Amino acid sequence: MKAAPFEYTRPAKLAEACSLLAFHGPDAKLIAGGQSLVPMMAMRLARPAWLIDISRLAELQRIAAPAEQDADQDGVFAVGAGVRQCVMERDPRAHASLPLLAQALRWVGHAQTRNRGTIGGSIVHGDVSAEIALVACVLDATLELCDTSGVTEIPAREFFLAPMITAIAPEQCLTEIRIPVWRKPGGNTAHGCAFDEVSVRHGDFALVSACAQLAVDADGHCVRAALGIGGAAPVPLALPEIGWQLAGTRLDEQAISAAADAAVGLTDPEGDLHASADYRRHLARVLVLRVLRAAKQDAMNNLNGKRAG
Amino acid sequence: MSEKLYPVSVEVNGTLREALVTARLTLVDFLRDALRLTGTHAGCEHGICGACSVLLDGEPVRSCLMYAVQADGCSLTTIEGLARSDGTPGALQDAFCETHATQCGYCTPGMIIAAHALLQANPEPSEEEIREAIGGNLCRCTGYQQIVDAIKLAAETGKGKA
Repeated sequence: MKAAPFEYTRPAKLAEACSLLAFHGPDAKLIAGGQSLVPMMAMRLARPAWLIDISRLAELQRIAAPAEQDADQDGVFAVGAGVRQCVMERDPRAHASLPLLAQALRWVGHAQTRNRGTIGGSIVHGDVSAEIALVACVLDATLELCDTSGVTEIPAREFFLAPMITAIAPEQCLTEIRIPVWRKPGGNTAHGCAFDEVSVRHGDFALVSACAQLAVDADGHCVRAALGIGGAAPVPLALPEIGWQLAGTRLDEQAISAAADAAVGLTDPEGDLHASADYRRHLARVLVLRVLRAAKQDAMNNLNGKRAG
Repeated sequence: MSEKLYPVSVEVNGTLREALVTARLTLVDFLRDALRLTGTHAGCEHGICGACSVLLDGEPVRSCLMYAVQADGCSLTTIEGLARSDGTPGALQDAFCETHATQCGYCTPGMIIAAHALLQANPEPSEEEIREAIGGNLCRCTGYQQIVDAIKLAAETGKGKA
């Protein structure tokens, strides 16, 4: 359980980190929190010759919430890739604008790993059951990648290719995650969200996870819906078509059940020693039911709070 | 060819410690082998068991999941740093003794670090908050109940602050 020898460097600027990456090519790996990379190196599943430490780069620590939630169009919440998970977990702006991400973070590893692990690190690692990756896909986030030739953007939904394989090139660094913040709900509308997962021990890798974000009007009609499933396909699954199907319904048990059935039809789980493919499909259905019910309840509570306020 | 060495300067339990280390030396091995602070235990060495937990700039982290070079310039508190100045066990450690929260003792330093961090941030935790705080620490002996009892006892008596 000891890593193979490597050389270490801690550049002071992002540009320098990108130059080093370009110079060393696939022999180098970036390290930020290291909560996924260090165990992989301990097990010698990864053997980089160079580690480039980006954990202290101020350029990757920016958190920019939209100034005010717009009633006409969605805003953007930008999170630097190097922001630690524990920082976002405690950020009041994240709770106000991105409650789904705030909820998801509580499921990420344990307090000890969230104190080191970063938002960007979890995304580039590409684990199919990663909570942050799922939320990024469900909310249709955009990822900013940087290398020596400049900056490019890629939708999170196109970033994940297969388990542990993403579209990032060896010379690129993920620098920022831009997550849409739904436009401010009108007078008789409120947002609600929910995240849930099943794992052997709380904080372990999820067997399957699911999350949903809804906008609901005073009559209980769904105005807008986003949902997705993690751990039940080679990549985190965003399910926009099922969101469209839910919009306009009253989110009654019939509509929720139909959505769960349709969602399971889009999964493609692998069986392994932790759970069979059939069990993962079962969990996917149960978890979609749970998060849709819980997100609806959350929206109704927010609506009642609005009326009372 | 010998491996390249890197200078590391860290404050450990209030004392500045400097050393030359290989890049692949984990923080837990640095503490145990280079500084001879063997109170921090190396368990799974890949971030599952929590036995190696230490406070890094006041926050609990797993010392097997970072390299010593990454801690350069940081402040560390290990289980030895929670003892009283005369070397006798600290108050939280006493609570672990009182409730028999220690059996084989392997997980104990990590448990106490996690509990200490909890009580610093939240002096009156609920049972659920206690269980959440030690959720990343495995114990194979006690069944956890005595550990939860110890942390409750320390919180009730305000001993966690010591």
